[in-house]
Amino acid sequence: MTWLNAIVQGILTGGFYALFAVGLSILFGVMGVINLAHGDLAVIAAYVALAMIPVTHLPAVLAFVVVVPMFAVGGYILQRTLLQASLDRDPFTTLLVTFGLSVVIENVLLEVFTSNTQSLNIGSLLFDTLNLTPQIPVSYFSLVMLAVAVGVLGALQLFLSRTGTGRMIRAVADDREAAQLVGANYRHIFGIAAAIALATVSIAGIAYGILSGFTPTAGTANLLFAFEAVVIGGIGSLWGTLVGGIVLGIAQEIGAQINPAYQVLAGHLVFLAVLALRPRGLFGLRAAT
Amino acid sequence: MTALAPPKVPDLAPAPAPEVRRSSYPSAWLAGGSLGAVVLLALMPEIISQGGLVVLLNFFILLTMATMWNLLAGYAGMVSIGQQAFVGLGGYSVVVLAVNGLNPLASIPLAAVIPALVALPISYLVFRLRGGYFAIATWVVADTAELVISSVTALGGGTGHPVPGLGSLSPRTFGDVTYWLSLGVAVLALAVTYGLLRSRLGLVLAAVRDDEVGARSAGARVMQARRIVFVVAALGCGAAGALLAVSQLQVQPGSIFSVQWAAEMIFVTMIGGMGTIEGPILGTVLFFVLQQNLASQGAWYLVILGSVAVVVAIWAPKGIWGFVSSRLKFQLFPVGYLLGGRGSTGRRR
Repeated sequence: MTWLNAIVQGILTGGFYALFAVGLSILFGVMGVINLAHGDLAVIAAYVALAMIPVTHLPAVLAFVVVVPMFAVGGYILQRTLLQASLDRDPFTTLLVTFGLSVVIENVLLEVFTSNTQSLNIGSLLFDTLNLTPQIPVSYFSLVMLAVAVGVLGALQLFLSRTGTGRMIRAVADDREAAQLVGANYRHIFGIAAAIALATVSIAGIAYGILSGFTPTAGTANLLFAFEAVVIGGIGSLWGTLVGGIVLGIAQEIGAQINPAYQVLAGHLVFLAVLALRPRGLFGLRAAT
Repeated sequence: MTALAPPKVPDLAPAPAPEVRRSSYPSAWLAGGSLGAVVLLALMPEIISQGGLVVLLNFFILLTMATMWNLLAGYAGMVSIGQQAFVGLGGYSVVVLAVNGLNPLASIPLAAVIPALVALPISYLVFRLRGGYFAIATWVVADTAELVISSVTALGGGTGHPVPGLGSLSPRTFGDVTYWLSLGVAVLALAVTYGLLRSRLGLVLAAVRDDEVGARSAGARVMQARRIVFVVAALGCGAAGALLAVSQLQVQPGSIFSVQWAAEMIFVTMIGGMGTIEGPILGTVLFFVLQQNLASQGAWYLVILGSVAVVVAIWAPKGIWGFVSSRLKFQLFPVGYLLGGRGSTGRRR
């Protein structure tokens, strides 16, 4: 029964990883760049929510309503300034710039908020569970986050396939020059993609802050998990990311079941095994280049 | 029907072959100047205090790492954020060898080879990914290495392990010897990089940098060249890690596998000038000046360094040395080719 519990908890964690990963996936899909500061941006969202609560006296759950739009706007601005400037050179530069950004963010947070572990308190909401059986408690909050992850992926799928802006994003991702010929302003489209990516990562960041304690350096682990979810699921596949996140989550929970120290290691080993045996990932459409 | 006469080939005088040189000054200057600098640095224990020697030792360790990262990213186009894996493995190799009775100082060469041997199979995994995905994959490898080493209780788990067998040396001798070793490793790293880039491998890397598809179609063995660079970089970073372990008398997984090593080697290379041998040297000097002046300010030196690196990457991608050398038309370590007769500045590649 403990193994079944590990699998159930793994699935719940997986939805959460998918939420982290979807922004990484969008930025790579549309612009062909990897944002190495992705995990740190999520941690910023958690700290913004934390700093906001004593000022506004809003319950922590409402942080989503304030922080997510803020991050969407911030994402657009970040893209139109720093990221576009580096993208105008080449993807190689973007990689170095986002890595620099990541280190700067972590160390500024460290100086401002110290290295103490913080957490966002939502009271009893976090601890209420639905008991499938007495041995398998399912936290309502985790269940809601899994539903949010599925909802975000579904909404994105609809947005990309049914709306004019979504079609523009896909067109720019497929062939930027041809899209420009028919009037797409690719810089604006990139900005929208970054706004979506940062909005999703801020949801993930706040949820992370609620679910577990966080420190200024937590971004690295989140980036690695998000990346592993993307590669396990298959680069370029939106729903593959969800499956990748679930596979990663289950691997980590099973590892933790064997020895708590093996939780993260088990996830890494599954990732490396997928890389060795099936480099395109489970649902990969193309090789990871 | 008459037989076709063979077309008349006009007798052309062979065009004079263009003169190709490697540098705009006699290479003896480089040899002499470098030798003088190394001799001066080797005499440092007679000149400066032990505290000063420790600063220089850490300077050479970072210089070695930066030179290796520059070889990876600046010349072979591979942005690795996982070189701390090999730094840590080098450090832990010293511990394992010392526990088994080897002198830690003498074991440094062997301790550097072990990470290089580990790097070879790892290259087959991470080379499946390119660009940004390669970068994060190397980061995962480094995290994996740290987790595996921390779970070995015989190596002290998460709290680390002291380096045994160093108690017999007097502090003065120990300080001098570790300093000379670090100088030797840094000089070797620079010499190997210079040699590699002037060799056939350097030509392949330059061809790939200019046009990868073209280089492949012309028969350049791109993957093999990249693999050699990856293994050499692991060797250099392993040596740096071994020196770190010896000079600090202990290893601790959280610190020797820290991503801070990657951050420092990347930033100093970017600021100094990626894709030049001189760049990492200049960048490391600037890093130490900055660090000495901001030591009391906590992590702010990394914030400043990171911000400067971002600005440099976008607006001055050739770094400070790129700026200097393009104005002076001078390179300390010429690895390219110059076309043209003696006296002309030539076409620089």
